[in-house]
Amino acid sequence: MITSAFSNPMEFFFIMIGVCLLLFMFLPLYRVVRGPTVITRILGVNVIGTKTTVLIILIGTIYNRVEMFVDIAIAYALLNFIVSLAASRFFQRHKAINIEEDEEW
Amino acid sequence: MVNIIIVILMLLGLFFFFGTAVGVVHFPDFYSRMHAAGKGDTLSTALILTGLALYHLQDFNLDTLLVSGKIMSIVLYIFIASPTATHAIMDAGYESGIQHLSNLERKNKQKGETK
Repeated sequence: MITSAFSNPMEFFFIMIGVCLLLFMFLPLYRVVRGPTVITRILGVNVIGTKTTVLIILIGTIYNRVEMFVDIAIAYALLNFIVSLAASRFFQRHKAINIEEDEEW
Repeated sequence: MVNIIIVILMLLGLFFFFGTAVGVVHFPDFYSRMHAAGKGDTLSTALILTGLALYHLQDFNLDTLLVSGKIMSIVLYIFIASPTATHAIMDAGYESGIQHLSNLERKNKQKGETK
């Protein structure tokens, strides 16, 4: 794996970009775990899901199987959008869940 | 030569995603977090995916053209869908009564004065 990575510098660059993306995706995960309200958690999940689309295509590029992974990425992007819409529309009706007064916001 | 453009595009995308992640964690308010997530996320996704589409277009034939077209269609879709999702989440937060930062500060100040 290491030798093949160094033989093609662009592949090594893509692996590094993927690792950095994965590390940065842990920061919104902190907001998902510790968000003050439900809507803030949905926001964090939306950010992570959008980046997962990018990460799937990066993995396909590294494995030389993009023509398969691109379809998975399209499906993931569609599902992520529907999940955000449905979750936000669901919690729009439940006012008592979201308001946490005197908390830090 | 094309590789340099790809590297620049993807590093810019990584930079904007770092800004998004730091903003989502560190901003004080729901609406300002929304602002960081909505813009930086869309732009960084578009930049990184454009770099990947350019990389696959390097040896030009019908298969790579199809793959690059699909990746660019994902970019187009995310450019439409991600601000829509951001708007829906923001609308849900506003309807369910999440307070703005200035309102919360004013409320805390009034509470301190009455005590």
